[in-house]
Formats: sequence, structure tokens, C-alpha cells
Amino acid sequence: MISVQNLSYVTAGKRILDDLSLDIAPGQVTALIGPNGAGKSTLLALMARLLRPDNGRITLDGLDVHRTATADIAKRLAILRQEQAPLGRLTVRDLVAFGRFPHHRGRPTAEDHLKIDTALDQLALSDLAGRFVDTLSGGQKQRVLIAMVLCQNTDVVLLDEPLNNLDPAQVRVVMDAVDHMARDLGKTVIVVLHDLNHAARHATRVIALKHGRLFAEGPAGSVLAETPLSQLYETAFDVLTHNARPMVVAR
Amino acid sequence: MPVRRLIVLAILTVLACVLFLTWGARGDMGFVLQFRGGKLLSLLTVAAAIALSTMLFQTVTGNRILTPSIMGFDALFLLIQTALVWTLGGSRFAGLDPMWKFAAESLVMMAAALALFGTLLGRGRTDLNRMILTGVVLGIGLRSLTALLQRLIDPNEFAVVQSASFARFNRLEQDGLLAALCIVGLCALAVWRMRETLDVVELGRERSIGLGVDHDRIVIKILLIVAALVSVSTALAGPAVFVGLLVVSLTRAILPSHRHAILLPCATLIAALLLVLGQTLFERVLSMQSTLSVAIEFLGGLVFLFLIMRSRRS
Repeated sequence: MISVQNLSYVTAGKRILDDLSLDIAPGQVTALIGPNGAGKSTLLALMARLLRPDNGRITLDGLDVHRTATADIAKRLAILRQEQAPLGRLTVRDLVAFGRFPHHRGRPTAEDHLKIDTALDQLALSDLAGRFVDTLSGGQKQRVLIAMVLCQNTDVVLLDEPLNNLDPAQVRVVMDAVDHMARDLGKTVIVVLHDLNHAARHATRVIALKHGRLFAEGPAGSVLAETPLSQLYETAFDVLTHNARPMVVAR
Repeated sequence: MPVRRLIVLAILTVLACVLFLTWGARGDMGFVLQFRGGKLLSLLTVAAAIALSTMLFQTVTGNRILTPSIMGFDALFLLIQTALVWTLGGSRFAGLDPMWKFAAESLVMMAAALALFGTLLGRGRTDLNRMILTGVVLGIGLRSLTALLQRLIDPNEFAVVQSASFARFNRLEQDGLLAALCIVGLCALAVWRMRETLDVVELGRERSIGLGVDHDRIVIKILLIVAALVSVSTALAGPAVFVGLLVVSLTRAILPSHRHAILLPCATLIAALLLVLGQTLFERVLSMQSTLSVAIEFLGGLVFLFLIMRSRRS
């Protein structure tokens, strides 16, 4: 379980997170929503020890993520970020295979290769396995990165806006993988989403941040309602019901 | 496939070494072999130092154009040497035990490189333009400082410094060869032991932390190794700005692999082949009418321009 305690983060004189405390329910998909600049991506980066907090701490199963050896955390927690660092001449399989690195530290076993094949299969990438990553479309590349995270086979998976610039068919493949991780594999998935309907469709719980503070938290149905959403984004919403799930429409 | 190319390269390198040792040898073979053997050993040491330092530097900066020399590493080494002559005086400098002198210079170099480039590489790696600019400015600054010190010392001592300030594969220093060999050997061993981790480091800072690599510590470690290797190559052969770039670009063209277990030996072999074959050619065929360093620097400069042009287009 992930627990955030009194977390503060300041950069360039701006307070991004302000004394934030929250717990993440294990074994479920939790969506992180909020207006731009609310601190969602920063929170994810802090959880994944990519940044150091100015105050407070984050624990994962009781381990402080910033004080535990990074190699140990990598076996328990995986993150997918919107990172611009280019990926050189790597094939799809090579890149996905890196997901196993925390477990074998450079010497893959037969079991690792099996896990790589399974992950490729899960994301419908088997046909692309030999292609170079820099020849793929944005959606295909995103699927490769999800497969890499799946391969890492950690209890906790953090996804930062995994649906950016994807067409509806690609969104479906990615979100199916997310559902699969939580429902079939019992992983804790925390995903930053901008499209509230994706949150409504896939998340069990929703956490809303605003100005670096916790704004609302609870089951998807209670947070994705007209009053909290209108206050959160300071714009009016209608919330309809579609297939027994909330559907959010901007008014 | 990559392994076969590696073996072919290794065979070619051995042939080049034999050619270098035996071509046109007259008289007492024992003397010739001893004379040329020392030279060959220095050439190979320099080749390994240049190839490894450039490859590591590119891995850690995530960039295919930068090399330690372009960023001013060898200018830093020359400054340290000049400062040594300036403080100790030429004769005492020349009288230093080469082994200790070398070790001390390398240590100072490593500390200075860490102080100068450590922060730059940690935070600035995403901003290529800033890195190149800082490197160029730093290089100019270090060279000007060296020039200033050289003006301050007396002409005899200047001669001592000057002989260290140009790339010269014809008369490599052989005084500190043993120390150089030890340093390159230790560095190569350390690098080989983290070859798989280097593959991960190349993915970028955030991805490598996500995969459980202590990125900031590895960067410092690599920086120290690069500094030690550059001090070896600069001490033995003088500053050579574009050799490393030429070697690494050739490596990536011949062996398109992301695995350092393949790339590092390949780059070392190509560097050795280039230097040994080139030196044989210039000594025996062109009978020292021209200098190898000029030819290699010219080629390397062209590669540099080509890479810059290509990256501008994409």
C-alpha cells in the first residue's frame, strides 16, 4: 500500500504540493484528476522517487521510497512518464525486455523471456517485436512502453497521462491493459487522466487535487458528480448515467 | 552476427599490429621489436582510452555528437599540467617520478572534472544547446587560462609544456606507460562490470531510475572514469579533439547495437585499428611526410560537421 504523509514540494519558488496526505487503496485502479498545474504529475514523480520532497514522506508497504535502495523499489513499483528522452536504435522487444532488468540485473533467464513474450502478446505487439522503436507511431510506442511496465511485474504501477494523443482504438488497448493489471493481476494502478469519462469507466476510486492539496477522494461515483467537479475545475458540468456509470459532459 | 563482426575486427587489429611490428624491419630483430613494441603498446593504450571515454560520455549524456574533448576535458588536463610546471618549475617537473606524477595528475583531473562537469551533466542533459555552449565556453576558458600561465613561465619551462600540448602519435610518451596501462586496465574492468547497467543508463535518467538504477551515482562514477581515461590519452598523445567522435561514429555505423557488451569492445578495436594502421601507413609509406593526427582530426572534423547537419535536419 502507498501512503503519502504531509508531502510538500516547492520548485522555482512555487509551491506545487502543499502538506498533502492520502492513502491509496491496494489492488484497484485509482484515477488522479484535477486542473492543469494541480500537482498530479509531480505527485506521481515523487512517488516514483524521480523527485525528492521538501517535506513529508511516501511509504510503500511501510518502506520510505526515498530511503530504500532504488533497486529494491524497482521490483515493487513501476512508472510510465511522458518523457522526451529519445530511444535510440532499439527494437520493440529490446525495449520491452528492459522491464525485466530490476529482476535479473542484466542476465535474463528463460522465465524472463517468457514474461516478455506474454507482455508483447497482451499489448498486441507480437507482430511488431522486431521493428525499431523510432519507426513506430505515437500510439504504438505508448503500447510498447505499457508492455515494458507490465513486464516489470510490480505490485504498484504509476501511469502519467498514458492516453495523450492516442486514437480511440489505441486508448482501448491501453485501458484494457490497465484493467487487466488491476482485475486479473491484483496490482495497484494509479493513473493520471484528463478525460473524466475514462476515469469514470476504468477507475474504482478517484482522487482530485487542486492547488497542490487534496480536493476530494472517494469512489468514482461520488467524486465524479456535478457539484465536486464544478468546484474542482471552476466550470459547469452535467453528469449523466450511461451503462450504470457516470458520464461527464461539459455544460 | 555482431559477434562475428567483432571477431573479424579483432583479427584485422592483430594483423595491423603484426604489420606495424615487422614491416621494413632491418637489423637486430630483438631491438626492433622492443623499440616498436613499446610504441605499439602506447598506441593501443591511447586507442582504448579514447574509445572507452567517448563511448561512456555519449551514453551518460544521451547524445551522439558530444565527446569529452569537445566539452573541454583535455583542455582541463593541459591546464593542470601547465599549472604544475608553473608551480614546481620545469626541471623539477621533468624530474618527477613519471608513475607518481601520472597518478597525481589523474587524481587532480578527476576531482576537477567532477566539480566542473558534475552539475552540468546531472541537470543539463536534456538541454543539448546549453551543454554544447557551456562546453565550448569552458574549453575556451580553460585554454585561455593555460595560455596565460604559459606566458608567465620562462621560455625553457614553456618548452616542457609545449611538447605536451599537441596531438602526436609519432612520438608518444613512454615514461608513464606502465601507469597508463594500469589506469586504462582498471577503468576497462570497472566499465565491463557495469556493461548491462550502461544499457539502462542510455534510456535516460527517469527511465533508469524507474528500472532501479541509481542514476546520479552512476553518472558520477562514469564521469570519474572518463576523466581518468582522458588524462591517460592526453598525457600520452596530447589533445585530440575529433578522434573519439570518428571512432564512435564508425562503431555505430558498423555495429548497430544498443548493448555496451558489444559496443565497447568494438569501439576499442576500431580505435586500435585506425591508429595502428594509420601510424604504419604514415611511418612506412609516407615516411613521416605528414602527421597522422592531422589526417584523423580532419576526418573526425568532417564527421562532426556531418552529424550536426543531420541532427539539424531531423
